[in-house]
Amino acid sequence: MPDAPGLELIAHDLDETAAGSVLGTYYEHGQACLIVDPERILDLLRWLRDTPGQEYRFLASLHGVDYLPAEPRFGVVYELLNMPRVERLRVRAALADPGGDPSEPGRPRSRGRGDDRLPEIDSCVSLFPTAEFHEREVYDFFGIVFRGHPDLRRILMPEDYVGWPQRRDFPVGGEPVIFTHNEREVPRWYE
Amino acid sequence: MAKGSARLEIKREKLRALSPLEEPRSPAELRVRQLRARDLLRGDLEGPALERHVTESVLTTTLDRAMRWGRANSIFPATFGLACCAIEMMSIVSPRYDIARFGAENMRASPRQADMLILSGRVAIKMAPVIRRLYDQMLEPKWVIAMGACSSSGGMFANYAVVQGADKFMPVDIHVPGCPPRPEALVYGFNKLQRMILGNPDSGWRRRYNAIGTEEWARPATGSASMEEAEAYAAARELSVAHDAELAGESG
Repeated sequence: MPDAPGLELIAHDLDETAAGSVLGTYYEHGQACLIVDPERILDLLRWLRDTPGQEYRFLASLHGVDYLPAEPRFGVVYELLNMPRVERLRVRAALADPGGDPSEPGRPRSRGRGDDRLPEIDSCVSLFPTAEFHEREVYDFFGIVFRGHPDLRRILMPEDYVGWPQRRDFPVGGEPVIFTHNEREVPRWYE
Repeated sequence: MAKGSARLEIKREKLRALSPLEEPRSPAELRVRQLRARDLLRGDLEGPALERHVTESVLTTTLDRAMRWGRANSIFPATFGLACCAIEMMSIVSPRYDIARFGAENMRASPRQADMLILSGRVAIKMAPVIRRLYDQMLEPKWVIAMGACSSSGGMFANYAVVQGADKFMPVDIHVPGCPPRPEALVYGFNKLQRMILGNPDSGWRRRYNAIGTEEWARPATGSASMEEAEAYAAARELSVAHDAELAGESG
């Protein structure tokens, strides 16, 4: 695990290699996180994987986050691991929602229904083959498109499903159940 | 008996004929009855003797009732588990709960050999078409038990991935409440299903618990009920009581 100065060193080296790609750093609970520009994510991951002294060769996990109503709205998080040193590094690509309402920041227009433009990011399957299923899952639940993915389709939800169910503006679903505390509000099915 | 004899004593005595429905009082009388049955099978019994034999040894019933009895006591459940309820479902065939007592211990691995489906767990929207296909492949007549809160109503999973009650896409005969229901509860639900197959759906619990008129549709509205509403409920309550009296007259 790189400590806080170690994280700053990585960010500094990255900034020298690819200027402006690191948007911020974040160190809490002993976990180091780089917040980066999604357009440069492939170069950054390749640098972290191949540069001597870094060598984060293992992608332990890749997942999506929805930070609504924060901007940029989405995050794609890469959990990297250096096995010989047992060091973990988190890389978070901050991804804006192109389907959001520009006049009101933080106010979604898409409502998670999948009828709007989707956020896009480069696929890292060419660097880490294990990312294939992870990226499909992120696409399935958050509607984030991974450019260059070999087979980008839903992995857990049915193929004809409409919407991105893990987005925070997606309706929870279910249906009201009549109890004594809400029987005046819920329609009486027995009438 | 003389020493060195065959140690066999033969006693001859005349046996009286048994009257119909009389219990044989000795093994000898039972033997007479057995011999008569053998004569019947050979076709030697005729006339009143035949009639007497039939009245005392053959149980008559309707074909329909006999078929229902056979169906209810020889059910083949499908080996089919959905979620955590399946663990409880598995234990009903164990010696501790032993559904073999009711003739349903033989879990078939193919829906084409099964006639009962236990929906043991939550039904995901992706699983629903699969379950529907399994149900369609099962033999007629077939029955379905929705086990637990999830397959009955969605349970705690009020979300995008779970069907809110399996009876949205297939017929369900018995709902067993619980999360998960204990195996005893499932066995009880199974017994209810058996009674349903036998044509006795056990709807009389309100009478047993002296609760006639507490049906939801016959319950007076609380709070701001108008006069018309109150009158409608009173009428419904009277209907319910009358309906129950009718049922009681039928069964009694």
